[in-house]
Amino acid sequence: MTAALAAPSPVGGAKTRINDFSIQVATVNGSGSQTANTVLLRAIFQMGVFVSGKNLFPSNIAGLPTWFTIRASAKGYVARKASNEMLILMNPETAKEDIAKADPGALVIYDEPLQLDKLRSDLAYTPVPFQKLVTASCPEPKLHKLVKNMIYVGVAARLLGIDMEEVKKAIAKQLKGKAKAIELNQTACVAGYDWAMENLEDQDHIKVVRDNKTQGLIIIDGNEACALGALFAGVTVVGWYPITPASSLVETFIEYAEEYRKDPKTGKSTVAIVQMEDELASAGVVLSAGWAGARSMTSTAGPGVSLMSEFIGLGYYVEAPGVFFNVARTGPSTGLPTRTQQSDVELCAKCSHGDTLHVNLYPGNMEECFQFAYDAFDLAERFQTPIFVVTDLDLGMQNWSSKPFAYPSKPYDRGKVLNQQQLAEVKDWGRYKDVDGDGIPYRTLPGTPGGKGAYLTRGSGHNAYAQYSEKPEDYLEVMDRLKRKYETAKSHVPGPVFRNQGSDKGVLAFGSSDPAVIEAQDILAEGGLKTDYLRLRALPFTAEVDAFVKEKKVVYVVEQNRDGQMANLFRETYPEHATKFKSVLHYDGHAIDAKSVVDQITAFEQK
Amino acid sequence: MTTTTSATPAPSAPTNKLGFTKQDYVGSKSTLCAGCGHDSITAQIINAAFESSLEGYRVTKYSGIGCSSKTPAYFINQGWGFNSVHGRMPSIATGASLANRTLINIGVSGDGDSMSIGMGQFVHAVRRNIPMIYIIEDNGVYGLTKGQFSATADKGSHLKSGAVNDFPSIDPCTLAIELGCGFVARSFSGNPKQLNAILKAAFAYQGTVVLDVISPCVTFNNHDASTRSYKHVKDHDFPLHDLGFIQYSEVEEVDIPAGETEIVTFPDGSKVSIKAIHEGYEPTDRFGAMKAIHESMAKGEFLTGLLYINPTQPPLPEVLNLVDEPLATLGEDLLKPSPAELDKIMQALM
Ligand SMILES: Cc1ncc(C[n+]2csc(CCOP(=O)(O)OP(=O)(O)O)c2C)c(N)n1
Ligand code: SF4
Ligand SMILES: [Mg+2]
Repeated sequence: MTAALAAPSPVGGAKTRINDFSIQVATVNGSGSQTANTVLLRAIFQMGVFVSGKNLFPSNIAGLPTWFTIRASAKGYVARKASNEMLILMNPETAKEDIAKADPGALVIYDEPLQLDKLRSDLAYTPVPFQKLVTASCPEPKLHKLVKNMIYVGVAARLLGIDMEEVKKAIAKQLKGKAKAIELNQTACVAGYDWAMENLEDQDHIKVVRDNKTQGLIIIDGNEACALGALFAGVTVVGWYPITPASSLVETFIEYAEEYRKDPKTGKSTVAIVQMEDELASAGVVLSAGWAGARSMTSTAGPGVSLMSEFIGLGYYVEAPGVFFNVARTGPSTGLPTRTQQSDVELCAKCSHGDTLHVNLYPGNMEECFQFAYDAFDLAERFQTPIFVVTDLDLGMQNWSSKPFAYPSKPYDRGKVLNQQQLAEVKDWGRYKDVDGDGIPYRTLPGTPGGKGAYLTRGSGHNAYAQYSEKPEDYLEVMDRLKRKYETAKSHVPGPVFRNQGSDKGVLAFGSSDPAVIEAQDILAEGGLKTDYLRLRALPFTAEVDAFVKEKKVVYVVEQNRDGQMANLFRETYPEHATKFKSVLHYDGHAIDAKSVVDQITAFEQK
Repeated sequence: MTTTTSATPAPSAPTNKLGFTKQDYVGSKSTLCAGCGHDSITAQIINAAFESSLEGYRVTKYSGIGCSSKTPAYFINQGWGFNSVHGRMPSIATGASLANRTLINIGVSGDGDSMSIGMGQFVHAVRRNIPMIYIIEDNGVYGLTKGQFSATADKGSHLKSGAVNDFPSIDPCTLAIELGCGFVARSFSGNPKQLNAILKAAFAYQGTVVLDVISPCVTFNNHDASTRSYKHVKDHDFPLHDLGFIQYSEVEEVDIPAGETEIVTFPDGSKVSIKAIHEGYEPTDRFGAMKAIHESMAKGEFLTGLLYINPTQPPLPEVLNLVDEPLATLGEDLLKPSPAELDKIMQALM
């Protein structure tokens, strides 16, 4: 069979897009397509080309539609791109809709019986007899469903010009050591490739050409990067409760802990990991373990943070350390649990009842996921308070390429903890006394011998000596000191990162929006609009953030939620500049793309 | 608050094996209502801790919210305490006991704190066998919020206001046995001798002890129509046995009477002697214990004493195979993988 490939399509004749395209693969979840898609992504990566992948999956175990997009970019843009140059349509349920949404000129690989080629005339179709190929290449009918996806990898590899050796290597990498599975998948993949070689004309619409951009880079997701940060930070107590998209953070940690957290002398574990009955209990474990001197953490998403919020207020007021990873998803309530959003900004900034202010870290890439996870434990112990590391599904569960992580050689900061000797020397110790003027008191740990330093931690009113008190002046002393402590944090949290083009117009974003904003900034500059970009990396806002806000005429606050939550925090913090902040929003559950940012900023500029 | 307690006894006061007097085990002054059962429990915790020669600095006290949950402030000031949020004492005890497995953990909760808002945490803490004495100071009401029914109130019992409880009560003891707890006891704040013996045995036990102490609320639930008034409980208290506790260090010296006395030995060598009063009650027989408790409840009695004992189950830190020293004080050398290990991890991701 010969397909109508490279036939003049509406974009036919246009310049070949080398290492600069997006592929969307539509499959059914639970069909093993994740492996195939990752192999395709890896193979492009191994060709030395910048590549990013986004899995758009349903909240379901098997049988519902899933889309995976792979973007190759010579310039290194890794944000989601809304338009796709190649579609691979394997799901009969969505194929017609996928065709209807396709960008003109797209190459469409599809399962032959679907007969999609009559639907539109402006697409280039490649029907593939998947069933025939899978039957011929795989002797075990049971495995046909799983192996079928590897055929499209082979077909795509041929059309894109990916070296088959790289594909084979990617399969071996992906299926780590499972010899039989590797062989089976490689065979299927080669079958697809050979079939395409024989039956399809080549195309020059999109191509992968070997480059050297990815040499020495790793591929990782943010949850694994955070898990590694926690591993190196020496976390010793983990209390958690499963929730998408946060589960794999702890699950990956458990795998690493098996290997790296055993006492070499005894084989016993140096970390306690307990799957609790809910998030309330997880928060209790984290804070009490921190209170007792352990480095403790949990990983959750918005609904879990809501449940933890009473405890987090307690942690703030009694000054108990703990690290809370919030891998945010699309809320409210169950919302779209497998889609991404940055909609817990205000929740984490002020989590709980009463007056509370929390230190938040917003990693924007894989190296920061690792480093900030590591730093969060220092900050928790230094400031004796719950610390949020806020990522989202896009950072947490998608594949990102990254430089390998630098070894965190900075020694642990265990904060102001008095041991037996120090306690013996201190004259007038008070648990909540501000001795150094930085708002941070000295604490003691349960079990310290010597007869000094014991106290009762309580969520009710207390004075500087941790005694019960309802006196207004005692209450104010504690609350105002907590505010001072938060001020002190400004000089300890990571400051912003700038990408300046020399402009009085500011763009401000954080976390997973970074790649889209970088790309948008370049597109806007090409169109004549220069901007200065500040990527926020933490709460509280540091002096550099103050300066940026004061300096700029306008600040476009880019974020992935409906209500402009970060812009709200800015308006509240800088009321005299409130009118400067303009919200650029993206909140449909898909990761933000550059075009959305460009379009909205352009619209503001034209007003 | 600086505690300067040390082993320097007043001239006449008796001292324990560590040289401490009873005064060294007290806490701040109670602010509960005069006559509150909770204060009698506090007094026995102090006595038992003194008599068991606990190292005060290792004692860690946890509570939720309620009149009962205030009491950790009233005993063993040498130890640390964490008065947390309503119903969440068990998770606080879980985290701290994992952070430092050398602590002696005492959790104090109320019937409201544990059997309603905190039911989930109660159930799971017991299931995990965290190393702690879990005391429920059980008055059938919410004392601190002024006398509403709790879930342990007997069906048909009356509030002072005349309101009647329409719902069946939850019994923490049978529930704990069902959940696999290896040390389940009930006592009465008006029976100091029995409570003292149970507490001393509890201090020697490794895993979760569930101790339900009927503790009348004199302000809101001590009237004639209450099944948790002093008078009612005194009349219906049915002690199962005379309990004795022999610490491992004394085992050699103490003569254990033969005959009807049953001896249960703990892993550390301590022994509990149980001399039956209630005929045919076998505290090591899980199903028999359940049956006897249910039968007595049906008769409106409170069976008190050591209801069930099985000292062999490993506590959580053992199940998790944790290192012997406190996780809290492990050094960076043991916790942080080396540069070569990071490199190996990075290589695998390339
Ligand atoms: C989240 C929350 N809800 C409600 C309360 C109010 N509250 C305080 S104590 C209490 C009941 C305590 O009853 P119990 O545990 O039986 O203690 P008691 O006072 O009887 O000893 C309630 C409902 C609270 N503190 N926190
Ligand atoms: S209200 Fe009841 S439970 Fe609370 S202190 Fe008074 S007597 Fe005790
Ligand atoms: Mg009560």
